[in-house]
Formats: sequence, C-alpha cells, structure tokens
Amino acid sequence: MSIRHGLLALLEHGPRYGSQLRTEFESRTGSTWPLNVGQVYTTLNRLERDGMVVQDGEDEAGHTLYGITDAGRDELRAWFERPVDRTSPARDELAIKLAMAVGAPAVDIRDVIQSQRRHTVKAMQDYTRLKAQALEPAPADRDEIAWLLVLEQLIFQTEAEARWLDHCEARLIRLSAAAEQRPEPAPPPAPAPAPVRGHRGRPG
Amino acid sequence: MSDQSHQPHQPQQPVLQLRNLTRVHGSGATEVHALRGVDLDVFPGELVAVMGPSGSGKSTLLTIAGGLDTPTSGQVIVENTDITTADRKTLAALRRRSIGYVFQDYNLIPALTAAENIALPRELDGHSARKARSEAVAALDEMGLGHLADRFPDEMSGGQQQRVAIARALVGDRRLVLADEPTGALDSETGESVLALLRTRCDAGAAGILVTHEPRFAAWADRVVFLRDGSVVDQTVRSDADSLLSGQAAER
Repeated sequence: MSIRHGLLALLEHGPRYGSQLRTEFESRTGSTWPLNVGQVYTTLNRLERDGMVVQDGEDEAGHTLYGITDAGRDELRAWFERPVDRTSPARDELAIKLAMAVGAPAVDIRDVIQSQRRHTVKAMQDYTRLKAQALEPAPADRDEIAWLLVLEQLIFQTEAEARWLDHCEARLIRLSAAAEQRPEPAPPPAPAPAPVRGHRGRPG
Repeated sequence: MSDQSHQPHQPQQPVLQLRNLTRVHGSGATEVHALRGVDLDVFPGELVAVMGPSGSGKSTLLTIAGGLDTPTSGQVIVENTDITTADRKTLAALRRRSIGYVFQDYNLIPALTAAENIALPRELDGHSARKARSEAVAALDEMGLGHLADRFPDEMSGGQQQRVAIARALVGDRRLVLADEPTGALDSETGESVLALLRTRCDAGAAGILVTHEPRFAAWADRVVFLRDGSVVDQTVRSDADSLLSGQAAER
C-alpha cells in the first residue's frame, strides 16, 4: 500500500499536520487500511528527506504543518499516470496455502476450500450490507464517494476469490474423475519404451 | 409452560421449516440422491441464499419447499402446515396464498399487463377484479414500479419484468418467496437492482430463499447455505457489519 503517495495526494489540497493526514486518509478509505500516527510521521520524514514535502510553519494549536513541493507534485502526477505493477504479484497467502494443500498428507483440500469459501462469502455479505448503506442516500461528498469505490473494490476482490475457490473445487473433482477413468494404471517405467532423444530417426 | 422455541434472536415462528428432507430420483442402479437429510428454517424478514455446484440439490430443494415436487421423506412446513401430508386442496390454496415464485425467465403471462399479471392469482383466489387490481397497483407503487402497471411484458426490460415478478410473488398476504437464479438472464447491474428489491421485501417482513451460483448475489442474503451432494455442508451467518468499520478487519 502506498502511504507515501496517499499522503502526497492529501497534501495537494493544502498544508496539513500528521494526525490530520491520518484522519483524512482513513475517512477517504473507510478505515480499511488503518494508519498509526507513527507511520505517518516516518513517511513524512522520508518525504521531507527526498524533497517532496517541507515543514510549513505551525497552526494555532502548535501542530507542525507539512506542505507539498514541486518535486512532490511531479511524483504524485507520475504515480497517477503509472499503472500499479501487476507483473510481480504480491504474495497471496490463500494461493500459497492451496498450492501447499495439494497432496499434503492429512489435509482434505476440499475442507480447506470450504472453510475459506465460508469466510470469503461472509465477508462479501458484510461488504454488501455496507454498500447498501453507503448508497442510501446516494454518496455526496468526496469521502463518501471514495469509500463506496473502496467498498466495491473489496466486493469485486472477494467475489473473484469465491469464484476462484469454486473453480479450484470443480477442477480437482474433474481431475480426480479423469484419473479414475484411465483404463489401467501406467505400467512400471523400466520396460516401457520411453522416448529417447536422438534415437534412430523417425518411427515407422 | 415449556418454551419450545428458545430462540432469543428469532422470536417469531419460521415461515418455512424443512425437516430431514430427502429426495431420491429413480431407483436401483440409476438411483440419484438429490437431497440427503436437509434441515432448514427460514424466518420472517430473512433472506437465505442456497449455493452449491450444479447437481448439489439446490433447485430440488426449492421446488420441494414450494410444493412443486414431493420429497421422498421428511417434512415441509409452510406457516404451520405440513405440505407433504396436506390434501390436494389445502396444498393448492397454500401455494396460491402463501408461496410466491420467481424464476430465471420471469414467467409473466405475455397477454396480460404487469398489473394484470399480479392481480391474476388474487382473482383466482376469489378476490374481486377491482380489489385485485387495486392491490396490484399498490404493490407496484410500493416498489417504485407504478409506471409499469399498464405495460405488457414485451414492453418491459428483463430487469423490469423480474421486478414485476417479485411484486407478483409477494402480493397479498404471501410471506414466502422462492427465487431460482432470478438474476440468471440479467446483466450484473440489473441483477443487483433485482436483488436489492428482494432484500427490501425481506426487510419488510417476507421470508425468502434465493438459489444462485453467483457469490455476489448470494452476498445480499442474511445467511448463505452451502449444499454439496444433497447435504448442507456449511453456512454463514451475517455479522454486525459495523464491526468491519471499527478496523477489526484490518488488523491482520
């Protein structure tokens, strides 16, 4: 998750102090990815080091304000223009778990699939209810619209996961049915005429 | 003074109770167990989604719950009447008065307008044409479909037809709606609006069963029941969605 770019985007609306940035980040994303103030200040320090933000005085209450620099604006533009990289996928615990469950002793992969499916569909039920609430009345301000988009992303993501789980189960059933239907078990490898590389030209 | 229905969160009687339901198609070598001992209660105000791979028994469950098919054994109790032992007349009356169906292909009668489609079952049930008509228009108005009252099915979009079908399913005193892949022929945006209407009707007190293979539509339900090989293998219950907002979900 790019906290760095998120903060730059918020600072583009004007100077802000740390905990204010945290609050705005969370209201924009419905607290889906909560930040702690420590993360915000660490990130601000790095952005300051890289010349993308500068300290910009204090407000009446004595909070240090940060403002975006031209370099920060350039970085932000570049971020919006650049697609999020999908060529090196983030580690997905579920995909790793199912990959490990294939052929694992004492694990029924269908049980693994079903317990995940229950969890995923339940999350979808919750998100769907939140979405119905978010649409009634229709979202009006920037934060409400942003939160609806985030919620719908969560629904699409869980939907994709549920469909993938259905697919995995169907795939496994088909594969095991096909394995059962093979006429006879493969003969032991030794006497079989194994294909040999560079062996006497073409057959027949 | 025994309290037989000790259910603090569901004080009402279920509209539908399925008890140890089995259904066997064929016999001998070709015997197929479509349902193997299914129990399910659906309460007023509750929408239950039934999911499962094809052949898992979900459509069989729905047709038996609606009295369109008979179980091999077990009970189907709709508003306190066991429809598996009810006589033909009682069953017919129950189907007309208590149970509404929503099918994938809408099943509206093409020669009748939306209002007439909704009024027809009420007229068959002995209500005057005028009363049935005014009920039908009221039902459409309540669902924000009043402008469709005088349209014929071929003058409506698929989504509109399906919403009219839901109005028909729940007109009068009917409190049980059985929907078999109601979004099957619709694009996903229209499907959502059909589900939203079903959800609203259940929030208003109806009990619903929704058979679907689409997780996105099942997610509108209060409870999702998973069928596999004719048995309920698992189910979800709805949590208090507000817990998601407290940041609990993001602590992982």
